[in-house]
Amino acid sequence: MADLIAALHLHKAFGSLQAVKDVSLSIPAGQIYGLVGADGAGKTTTIRLLCGALKGDSGETRIAGYEINRQTEEARAHIGYLSQRFSLYEDLTVLENIRFFAEVRGMQASEWRPRCMEILEFVGLAAFKDRLAGMLSGGMKQKLGLASALVTRPKVLLLDEPTTGVDPVTRQDFWQLIIRLVASPEETGEVAVLISTPYMDEAARCHRVGFMRKGALIAEGTPGQLRARLNGRVMELRGSPLPLVKQVVSGQPGVEDVRAFGDRLHLRLKEAYSPQIAASLKKIIPAGGGTFVDARPVPPTLEDVFMALAHEENQE
Amino acid sequence: MNPPAIEVTNLTRLFGDFVAVDHISFKVNEGEIVGYLGPNGCGKTTTIRMLLGLLKPSEGKATVLGYDAFSQSEEVRLRTGYMSQKFAIYDDLTVRENLDFYGGVYGLKKNGQISETLEKVGLTGHETLLTRELSAGWRQRLALAIALVHRPRLLFLDEPTSGVDPNARRAFWDLIYDLSGQGVTILVTTHYMDEAEYCGRVGMMRGGQLLAMDTPGALKAQFVQGEVWEVYTGALLEGIKALSQAREVAHASLAGDHLRLIATPGFGEAGIQRLFQAARLELTLIQRGEPTLEDVFTALVKK
Repeated sequence: MADLIAALHLHKAFGSLQAVKDVSLSIPAGQIYGLVGADGAGKTTTIRLLCGALKGDSGETRIAGYEINRQTEEARAHIGYLSQRFSLYEDLTVLENIRFFAEVRGMQASEWRPRCMEILEFVGLAAFKDRLAGMLSGGMKQKLGLASALVTRPKVLLLDEPTTGVDPVTRQDFWQLIIRLVASPEETGEVAVLISTPYMDEAARCHRVGFMRKGALIAEGTPGQLRARLNGRVMELRGSPLPLVKQVVSGQPGVEDVRAFGDRLHLRLKEAYSPQIAASLKKIIPAGGGTFVDARPVPPTLEDVFMALAHEENQE
Repeated sequence: MNPPAIEVTNLTRLFGDFVAVDHISFKVNEGEIVGYLGPNGCGKTTTIRMLLGLLKPSEGKATVLGYDAFSQSEEVRLRTGYMSQKFAIYDDLTVRENLDFYGGVYGLKKNGQISETLEKVGLTGHETLLTRELSAGWRQRLALAIALVHRPRLLFLDEPTSGVDPNARRAFWDLIYDLSGQGVTILVTTHYMDEAEYCGRVGMMRGGQLLAMDTPGALKAQFVQGEVWEVYTGALLEGIKALSQAREVAHASLAGDHLRLIATPGFGEAGIQRLFQAARLELTLIQRGEPTLEDVFTALVKK
């Protein structure tokens, strides 16, 4: 099956700033791809290249088989796009807002009403269809944005930081919707989703993740594959006083990095955790004047992986 | 023994009929790092504004460093620093000029204190850079320097690390831990769960109410009653349906390519296997997971 999003060697510069550097993506139907990076890493520029809002300096993008710059209309017909600052008409009702999007996208009158009700049902806003959009809570506005992006049954959904600043419970609801969308092709059709986020706990919910830094994709894989890069190399250490313990263990052979984590430390080891390492710390910490409480290997997080990658990059 | 750095009793603020902060009480001891976690609009910033004496409480009382936050707000502001997300940094001034300006606002005459602050946040040697040329992470450090220039004993940080990459964020937190080691008390707001993990204690806020406040470990132990499991299956939607119907499963959710659930202790791998067998669903892998602060928040909201 062909990829619904296929980008090859995208480049985009703004003056002397290389905003996107040789980014290639292939995202098949049924996949949620997370583009992760800080502000200014190039996530939004990449998304804008994919939907044709910006023209790249070089490279090629195909959306559902159509080249975005040569077959713009055909390609765009398959795109649902929720931008960071999507705007709703606050003085229109929920239903009127969606109708507006549907009509702008050329849906026929006979078509839009059943589709709007179906999509409002899907995002859980059917009971609020007559409420003014301005009277919705933040989470409900988010869902209305999503519904508007989905009304034309796009095959490609581009979401630019859709959950920044919303309630964790609402955020969970939002993710449940996205996962349902791609997991039930018999109901919703084949869909590929690209979502950008600065936060690692969101990345962990995607099927595949790409880490972006300074315009380039520096690593890509399933959350499991990315975490496997650090298999066994992250250790949790408890002791007191924490600043002293941190100082004592920082220079130890076999310890690559130490970071404070509330009431404990996370150590990134050069090699996989072994009881010997714990035993040696158990000796060294009291010798340095601190108390050792316990040490155990913990599963690496995506944040650990991102930092290890940046560390390697700086070593080179 | 010094008084608590912050002591809040039944603090309440109304805007018309809207209860922005609803009878909250908590205490923060000197040198603590306390996180204040909640979505936008939950009352975090309103609380900080009352603690800084910028807003009058409708009810209740707040003391900061032993002073009444509202009637003695001058005393409070001399001794506290505030770094807001939308801090005014002058883009066309250099790093040094920005600090000189804010130092002047606090009546600082001594150059030594400004150099010391630059040193503290690791900006020494970058004094002549124009602020607009700084990366997000460095701007954050400058904003912190500005909040620190008058050597406050208490620091309010309002969502200080949104938008910076994990490395810059980590460097920022190293600074925060250093400050706390020197006895500075820190109250930091965030709407992100992974950031809250960095704090010594975390308060969870929603709809103006403080739902709980404790160490991340204690919150998880108290409110996530059960074991976390990660279940990989080809049948995500059928799987979540089967799990949600089981009495032993407190919470099940879709986690991208797998399912995540919290089940009563003892239900375990065998219980999950039985459920999937009964529903005739394929099962690839079952793994133990770790509870998160998001689990805590979800459990608190359900109560």
